[in-house]
Amino acid sequence: MTSVRKEKYGKINRDKVLGFTWDNKEYFGYEGDSLASALLANDIKIVGRSFKYHRPRGVMSCGVEESGALVTIGSGSKTDPNVRATTQELYSGLNAKGQNAFPNVNFDFGGINNYLSRFFAAGFYYKTFMGLPPFEWGKGTGIWMVFEKIIRKAAGMGKASREPDPDSYEHANDFCDVLVIGSGPAGIAAAQELVNKNLDVILIEQDSLLGGNNLSKKDFDANLLLSKLKSSSVRVMSRTTAFGIYDNTVVGALERVTDHLPNPDVKLPRQRFWTIRAKHIIVASGALERHVTFNNNDVPGTMTVNASKHYLNRYGVLTGKNIVITTNNDSVYQTAIELHQAGAKVTVLESRKKIKLDLSKEIDLHLNSLPFSINGSKKIDSIDVCKATDLSFKNTIICDQVLMSGGWSPIVNLISHRGIKPIWNQENLCFIPGDIKENISVVGSAKGIWNEKDCIESGLVGANEAMNTLGIHKKEISFPSVGGWSNSIEPLFEVKSNKFPSKSFVDFQHDVTAEDVRLAHREGFISVEHLKRYTTLGMANDQGKMGNIIGLSLMAEQLDKTIPEVGTTVFRPPYTPVPIGALTGRNVGKHFRPLRVTPMHQWNIDHGAKMIEVGLYQRPWYYPKKNETLSDSYIRETKIVRKTVGICDVTSLGKIAIQGPDATEFVNRIYTNPFAKLPLGKARYGIMLRDDGIVMDDGTSWRLGENEYFMTTSTAAAAKVMSWLEELLQTRWTDLKVNVTSVSEQWAGAAIAGPKSRNVLNECVFDPSEITNENLPFMGVLETKLKEGTPCRIVRISFSGELAYEMYIESDYANGMMDILWESAQKYDGCLYGLEALGALRVEKGHVTGAELDGRVTIDDAGLGKMASTKKSYIGSAMRKRGVLNADDREILVGFFPINEKETFNAGTIVCEKDNIKGQGVGRITSVTHSPELGHWIGIGFVKGGLEKWKGITLIGADPIRNKQMQIKVVSPHMIDPEGKRMYA
Amino acid sequence: MIRIKCPYCGERDHSEFTYGGDASIKYPELDAPESEWTKAIFFRENIRGIQKETWHHTNGCRLWLEVERSTITHEIKSVKVCHPQIEKITKSKL
Ligand SMILES: [Zn+2]
Repeated sequence: MTSVRKEKYGKINRDKVLGFTWDNKEYFGYEGDSLASALLANDIKIVGRSFKYHRPRGVMSCGVEESGALVTIGSGSKTDPNVRATTQELYSGLNAKGQNAFPNVNFDFGGINNYLSRFFAAGFYYKTFMGLPPFEWGKGTGIWMVFEKIIRKAAGMGKASREPDPDSYEHANDFCDVLVIGSGPAGIAAAQELVNKNLDVILIEQDSLLGGNNLSKKDFDANLLLSKLKSSSVRVMSRTTAFGIYDNTVVGALERVTDHLPNPDVKLPRQRFWTIRAKHIIVASGALERHVTFNNNDVPGTMTVNASKHYLNRYGVLTGKNIVITTNNDSVYQTAIELHQAGAKVTVLESRKKIKLDLSKEIDLHLNSLPFSINGSKKIDSIDVCKATDLSFKNTIICDQVLMSGGWSPIVNLISHRGIKPIWNQENLCFIPGDIKENISVVGSAKGIWNEKDCIESGLVGANEAMNTLGIHKKEISFPSVGGWSNSIEPLFEVKSNKFPSKSFVDFQHDVTAEDVRLAHREGFISVEHLKRYTTLGMANDQGKMGNIIGLSLMAEQLDKTIPEVGTTVFRPPYTPVPIGALTGRNVGKHFRPLRVTPMHQWNIDHGAKMIEVGLYQRPWYYPKKNETLSDSYIRETKIVRKTVGICDVTSLGKIAIQGPDATEFVNRIYTNPFAKLPLGKARYGIMLRDDGIVMDDGTSWRLGENEYFMTTSTAAAAKVMSWLEELLQTRWTDLKVNVTSVSEQWAGAAIAGPKSRNVLNECVFDPSEITNENLPFMGVLETKLKEGTPCRIVRISFSGELAYEMYIESDYANGMMDILWESAQKYDGCLYGLEALGALRVEKGHVTGAELDGRVTIDDAGLGKMASTKKSYIGSAMRKRGVLNADDREILVGFFPINEKETFNAGTIVCEKDNIKGQGVGRITSVTHSPELGHWIGIGFVKGGLEKWKGITLIGADPIRNKQMQIKVVSPHMIDPEGKRMYA
Repeated sequence: MIRIKCPYCGERDHSEFTYGGDASIKYPELDAPESEWTKAIFFRENIRGIQKETWHHTNGCRLWLEVERSTITHEIKSVKVCHPQIEKITKSKL
């Protein structure tokens, strides 16, 4: 191939010269060039190496279906591999490299694979599982493990950077009446018609220029079209690919914002991921030209016919001097004429025996002729030709380019996303969209309509369908018929080669040959989906845009079936690759998920807290004094709480206001324990079950008034419990007059725990003698105010087993409350304590939390069976009596001690019998801590049969992840002050 | 993306909602026997076609909705508020 830039051709701006680098050498192109057109203008023939055989490949198309010119752009963290040079706009300083080659695409050591190709046939990779073909030497995984690495390295695409992506991406949303996908003649006709009816129309075009196939016309002006559309208020989104259609006419689209710019504004995202909700979608996605499978049909210089017309008229590049066109349809002749007029010698190999067309005499037309084999390796030297009726007759034509057209395939991908099977049209040898029941119309060549006049007509029919959907009017207009060539197309998928192994490619990117398809069939892969996976046909990043139909036709031939009988594989989104970065958008780093902080977050940090993430919440973990480790710190905090007093932020607990005349009845139905007679000013600890009798959550409810309760839930279950209460009230118990409101954010809470907590509180409240054992007994609730007058709520409740309270205040006053509490606590040598100490205190008391209530545990398993009322019915009361939940071998809550008090253990440890250390054992440890009070490590967890069964028996705590085993014993979970004397003091 | 027409908020993306469950289930009285509860909780039809289901407008008005959805096409036939009194109000005001 000798490709050259032609004067007076193309829509490029010759006043603006752009320098770029290809494989470390400098070249020049023009504004308006694609990387592919700039490479062709510089007569660069080899731009890639194929996937398996490392065969040299050139530019083979001018669009998203490109199978040859896959390159890597940029370097370092900005590396972007597998970019199609055909869709990459040229910019000044663009740095591109060939890939899958060493040292470069022109001279590649991997090319030796080409000579070993008989061993690399379909399924080679899978066969290595069974040993190394062809001798199946070294069966077993050993040999596969070795070769897997080599194969992986040799068969490959570009390499991604290992560095974090420095670019930013954005998610964006939009709505419109009608979304038109594609700006070819049909799409434009539809958009203009609709916008004239004052409808809100978005037009999406993947290219930088509007026009679709019109861009291959010499005198077409894309900018004029753009300004026309804009003045008629069509919302145009160019450089944007509609990559998928989803339910309810929602379209996913990727906008390439800066990929074409040399030095993009840092404030701009690289790409935008759009979710567009339309009322009607018009798909004008066009059609792709197919190649023809014959020997050496991949030598650099082969290309689709229509691509060369685009290169000539859009980019001003004549792609060859001595061009052979091989075809089975009429679409190539206009191109042949224009290539000839541009100065090329054109020979057409027409597979049909006769056609009726007006052709210039300068075009050398050979009827009944097929391409047999291309001669040349890094460039085309000549082509061997045979008769369609006699494959043996040969004649050689000297040429530097072979253009192929085996017919056209409408782009049915987007329709396929909706689960609509395409229908085979035998007359036009292509799949066309099936019947669509949604508000989607397909128009133009995407529907199999070939001539421009009918395409425009179909766009108007599509617009009419949209207006029917939108209720503008009701009119029935039918589409122009499919097809439109004057001579009908005849099948030309493969010209069989007499060579073995032949290099007749079906899928260029994955090096799948016609022989591979036949081999797969011989080996029993007769379903299309199996064929696809075994040969990897259509699984490269072009997703079979070029090769799929040829593959199907070959399979049909083998099976002696028709193409529609063989079927087609289902296309799934995305139509073209979407970077993971675009899917993620701004949800990276600290924005990966929302962060919740309590109103005293800064206060905690200012007072030395080390924070920990619990769910979405940031909570104080521990408050280290100088040089203290986590373990030093929480042990000190735990000791101080048990000795004097400690203060802890408990704001993250869920809080729900329950109000209404039926509030008591409601609360009584959702908890297992009785609430019907809870007096005013008292709180109760309660357990909630699910419908199936398993524990859902635990918490407290306080009776603030005749018809008002304040419920607290665990931090983790707050949202779930709220939704659950709403579900019950709105769907099941619609007669109850109750309102529930989440007030988790409205109230800040602190626990004040320890023998001196009452003294601390009295110093903080307005009346310093208000807090007494009589006035605020265990589980008592008091609505009072702080000494400076701010109203607050106090409940006497204990999670630590000590005399303890929780104080709640409106969130805005949280810092003030903490200041007052802390000032007073310091007088008693108190401390601030975090989640680690909180955990230690509760494990010592055997209190369960989320680690124990994991959705498998019943109220009896948790040792809280006494809280299940026998006098009332409640959610889960029937189902908790199920036999399986009451079996003798249920795992019951117990405490664990190490036999050797110096040893430590971890949560997750499996509890086993001494001589049977395997499987799931007889139980598990769920929470552990060092107990300052007992002076050694302790744990709680579950064991089959509970304490009664294992009392006095030495068990093994197995921790296979840490390769550790130790002797443990089972004890009561209530390890400190089991009678609760301190709590009631 | 399924779009659900919330009677209170208007048409919204399904990502604002949380799927509940089968809306055709009549939950037994709390004191009903285990056998009735077992049926209500564990026995489900695997419907091919229009299915009645509950959706919670979690990131919206917090109403529980009864939605008729096709399990084949995701097409939504109808949406109404589960609570009969609220349903009446939304009907008269919207
Ligand atoms: Zn709503």
